[in-house]
Amino acid sequence: MKMKSALLGAAAAVAFAPVMAQAAGHEGPRGRDGNVSIIYWQAPSILNPFLSGGTKDVESASMIIEPLARYDQGGNLTPWLVEEIPSVDNGGVSADLTSITWKITPGLKWSDGSDFTSADVKFTYEYCTHPEGGCAQATKFEGVTSVDTPDDLTVVVNFGQPTPNPYGPFVGGESPIIQAAQFADCIGAAASTCTEQNFNPIGTGPFKVVEFKPNDVITMEANDMYRVEGKPAFATVTFKGGGDATAAGRAVMETGEFDYAWNLQLAPDVIAEMQEGGKGTPVAGFGPLVERLMLNNSNPDPALGDMRSVKQDPSGPSEHPFLGDPAVYKAMSMAIDRPLLVEIGYGQAGKVTCNWVPAPDAFNSTSLSCDTQDIDGANAMLDAAGYMDTDGDGVRETPDGVKMSILYQTSTNAVRQDFQALIKEWWSQIGIETELRNLSASVFFGGDAGSPDTFQKFYADVQMYANTFNGTDPQAYLGNGLCDKAPRPDSQWQGENISRVCIEGYDELHSQLSSTAGIEARAEIGKKLNDMMVENGGLIPLVHRGRLSAHANSLGGVALNVWDSELWNVADWYRIK
Amino acid sequence: MLTFTIRRLILAVPTLLFISLVIYSLLEFAPGDPMANMPLTIPDEVKQQMREALGVGQPIWISFPKWLYQFFIVEPLVLIDGIFGSTFSEGQQRIISWQTRSPVMDIVAERLPQTLWVVGTAYVVAILIALPIGIYSAYRQYSVFDQAGTFVAMVGYSVPPFFSGVLVIVIFSVNLGWLPSIYDTTLEVVDWETFKLQLKQMIMPVMVLALQITSQISRFMRASMLDNLKQDYVRTARAKGMSEWTVVMVHVLRNSMIPVVTVIALGIPSIFGGAIITEQVFKVNGIGQLLITAIQANDLPTVQTLTFVFAILIVLFNLLADVLYGILDPRIRYD
Amino acid sequence: MTDATNATIGEKMPEAPARGRWADVWRQFRAHRGAFWGMMFLVFITLFVTVGPLIWPHDPTALDIRSKDMRPFYVGLFAGEDSNVKWSWEHPLGTDNLGRDLMAKLMLGGQVSLAVGWVAMLLALFLGALIGVSAGFFKSLDGPLMRMTDLFLALPLLPLLLVMMLLFREPLRATFGSETGTFILIVVVIGITSWMQTARVVRGDVLALKEREFILAARSIGTPSSKIISRHLLPNVMSAIMVSATLGLANAIITESAISFLGLGFPPDFPTWGKLLSDATSRLQRFPERVIWPGVAISFTVLAVNYMGDGLRDALDPRIRGR
Repeated sequence: MKMKSALLGAAAAVAFAPVMAQAAGHEGPRGRDGNVSIIYWQAPSILNPFLSGGTKDVESASMIIEPLARYDQGGNLTPWLVEEIPSVDNGGVSADLTSITWKITPGLKWSDGSDFTSADVKFTYEYCTHPEGGCAQATKFEGVTSVDTPDDLTVVVNFGQPTPNPYGPFVGGESPIIQAAQFADCIGAAASTCTEQNFNPIGTGPFKVVEFKPNDVITMEANDMYRVEGKPAFATVTFKGGGDATAAGRAVMETGEFDYAWNLQLAPDVIAEMQEGGKGTPVAGFGPLVERLMLNNSNPDPALGDMRSVKQDPSGPSEHPFLGDPAVYKAMSMAIDRPLLVEIGYGQAGKVTCNWVPAPDAFNSTSLSCDTQDIDGANAMLDAAGYMDTDGDGVRETPDGVKMSILYQTSTNAVRQDFQALIKEWWSQIGIETELRNLSASVFFGGDAGSPDTFQKFYADVQMYANTFNGTDPQAYLGNGLCDKAPRPDSQWQGENISRVCIEGYDELHSQLSSTAGIEARAEIGKKLNDMMVENGGLIPLVHRGRLSAHANSLGGVALNVWDSELWNVADWYRIK
Repeated sequence: MLTFTIRRLILAVPTLLFISLVIYSLLEFAPGDPMANMPLTIPDEVKQQMREALGVGQPIWISFPKWLYQFFIVEPLVLIDGIFGSTFSEGQQRIISWQTRSPVMDIVAERLPQTLWVVGTAYVVAILIALPIGIYSAYRQYSVFDQAGTFVAMVGYSVPPFFSGVLVIVIFSVNLGWLPSIYDTTLEVVDWETFKLQLKQMIMPVMVLALQITSQISRFMRASMLDNLKQDYVRTARAKGMSEWTVVMVHVLRNSMIPVVTVIALGIPSIFGGAIITEQVFKVNGIGQLLITAIQANDLPTVQTLTFVFAILIVLFNLLADVLYGILDPRIRYD
Repeated sequence: MTDATNATIGEKMPEAPARGRWADVWRQFRAHRGAFWGMMFLVFITLFVTVGPLIWPHDPTALDIRSKDMRPFYVGLFAGEDSNVKWSWEHPLGTDNLGRDLMAKLMLGGQVSLAVGWVAMLLALFLGALIGVSAGFFKSLDGPLMRMTDLFLALPLLPLLLVMMLLFREPLRATFGSETGTFILIVVVIGITSWMQTARVVRGDVLALKEREFILAARSIGTPSSKIISRHLLPNVMSAIMVSATLGLANAIITESAISFLGLGFPPDFPTWGKLLSDATSRLQRFPERVIWPGVAISFTVLAVNYMGDGLRDALDPRIRGR
């Protein structure tokens, strides 16, 4: 164990040489650095990530309860409560890819002093897969048929079929282990009666809860049973929630009241101004999050009534009056000045991308390019395809005489409204008229089948939002392009194929991906799927977005991780003196 | 007056039941989904299972009576148990928030202190400032004091707290560094030091809120005083040789209080309701913030319970205002 | 009631008969300094937002990324020649982060804010006065009307807005077109959610007034209720209505920005004073002008209406008039 943590520390030192340069001076007894204060502008409501999938809840809980393995800031799997990452090579994953065997580190204790055993892991599986429990992380256990515990320190997860990526269950911040003894009476429908357990989970992490005020503040103290000597450096944690991103950034970078602020979705000039306060530093990290324009492949005409935004032929081509034409969506994409969007909206937390899957690097396709705006080229392309402004009002008509006027919706958010204004302007230069609409995020992203304004109903021609996937494998995410996942009235408008795209050969290629092992082969298929989706008018990628957080200049050891919880290494944080 | 009060109190019960039904149907009908804040990485089937586990989408004729039972029977029993240590409520399902999976009333109890501290103080401060300003402004109409008062009140009312709050934070927290920009709800006042800290963190939210309330009350006070100062009875009183103080502060003031009492009575339920924007800006995280986060997360049990508690307060304080009318002006009769 | 409403606008006054009561009222009104300047300011701001856009060369929605983040002329002049403050006479009040001209945004924003503010305020006032007077005067109506007021006070605003959006947005758009439809929706929403205070205050006043001697006298000589209300009650609750009017105007202008945030209001690139104010708050330190100007516009308009209300009330009061 000692050896392992030393090695880990060495690995971190390579990645974060400047921070670790001062490392020599910050060793010492547990709790030597007093209090650390963290602000999340969305307040945690519950400390049980199985009952709430919200990022705020998952990340706050990650300081207390931990998974068997985590992703580090580079997206690599790192053993956490186990000896090593099982693989086919070391025999941890069976040759037929149907089971994975985890070896728990001996001597681990829960914060109440009892032993951490494989029974707890098995219990976690049972807790989350109970049919009445409504577990938010159920997808983590998809395909798992059973969890066996040959002894106290061995966990065998069995899958129903060969699973090339068996690192779903018990890996990452969304899938931590909860204590069987504590949650024994909370299985299934009883889950929501266990307020005490949900607010004060017993964990193996560096901190334990002293007081949890839902949607307000969590007070934590160092876990005496934590496995690493001398960690965490902080004796107590104040985890405040609420307000807005501006206020959180201000509290860290301008007034210095807080040490760490999460996810500052602010315009780069606002961040830069805060940084001039001199008390804190923003840090950015890039996961696979992409801000994109989804194109409607069905017809959103209100006159269609019940069949609005529903494809007559779910497996057929685009039924939109003009958005289905490659000339149109390619021209729309060419008219966009992506570097400017990055500069205006995200600064250091954004990159130009033409891809649906921009990360991890292995999956990032290089076959498309889109980083220069070409209004003339776009105009020429539309002219050539027969879209002309026949009545002289500055807006083109399709060859059938339909005016090229589109409704462009997104959620209410300052940066998104700036993007809307800019893109509307560019499209007007290529003769496409745009009407803008912004909707409250709680309505837009809500799956209420009764509301006309959800992103799933897509009662608009174009809509903008961001999406990503957990972990480093995009298989499930790429599944969002499958024909039968299009939202429809008979599925209560549920389904992830928001653009209702249906591409020939896509579904077959995706099923090939799910049976292919080996990272190179998988990446090859992944890139192909990505290119197919973008080339066939499923979406127009805009910006590869990073996560931007800020820490006080006196807070050391921060390693922003976008593949797992941001607070994954809170045990290593310390005060720079 | 007593029979009137009793009759109104009895009448309040069906009124409140009706109000609760209207609010409940409104919330049921409003678009929204408790899963809206979940990341898009959680697939729809899982979200559907989570909704089912929460009991979302039950028909209203099942869920509304259940809520009524929990609100009027179970929660009072829990309160009784809490006070006397009895066990009447054992095994009864309480009103559970969809966001936190914990009893709504417990969160309300947890939030009430900071809301009462901040919003309550702001109200008291505002009334104490507004009444003298209103009276003196009217008494010396168009004097410099009146003009300045008018200016400050109107500007103060038309600057919304989402701006004035940020402005004072920038001045007092960022530039001067005197006051904290984030309210610490874990602070317990035990000695002089912590009391000073509490005062420091209360100053800005109280200031911002009090400005709005003062503006409003002082305008109504001034207008009503002006009306009464011109009445014949004032001339009569002065002619009788009463002192100016008695004329203004006893006779005119008493007759001018009706609109002011109305406005204050309308405002007191909002003390308990918190000040949504101000609480957000200063991170006071009281009842107002609870309500707005519950609305954003479409946490119906919380929204319904909170709104209904406000409804009770509104009905009670409007009744109180009506009773006060009768005391201020005995000619007012209700029966 | 219609008399009172017209009088509140203050526009009909000069057209009233040249002699008699209204001439007196007008003379008194003009002599009131605050009221006069208040009216002048309202005339100015109305011209600014209506005629202004016709003269002003910039389009409030036109983006010009090269001239983004310009400062107003006074900052430029104050900083002197050789500073690196970015400003130009082309954009005297500066531009926003996408290069849209602030002056043009203020003009267009004012059109909407003033229109929404006035109409919503008058609607709320009309409802409030009607319900307040009816409840106070007719005993049989008091109970039902006041319980309805309690109900409206208790309704949570945001869900109510969402429901109204769900029910009425599409039909209104279809009938009146996008902009008029949105306008009607916003005005009605603000109107029906802000009349309650006026109603309670007016009712309180009426309850006390109707027991006064002059009302009893009027009633004893057989004056019909409608006459009592219009001749005797309304003039005496005027001051409360005026205060509600000025507060209501400020409220309506600010509420509009909150509604737009929900997606219920105007499209996101369409400026209004309230929205300009809320959008610029995050850049308060670096670009104070972006909050100051819309803030000043709102405050001064409200102030002007307040002074006009003062003047009007004095002018309408027979006890003061002619003094």
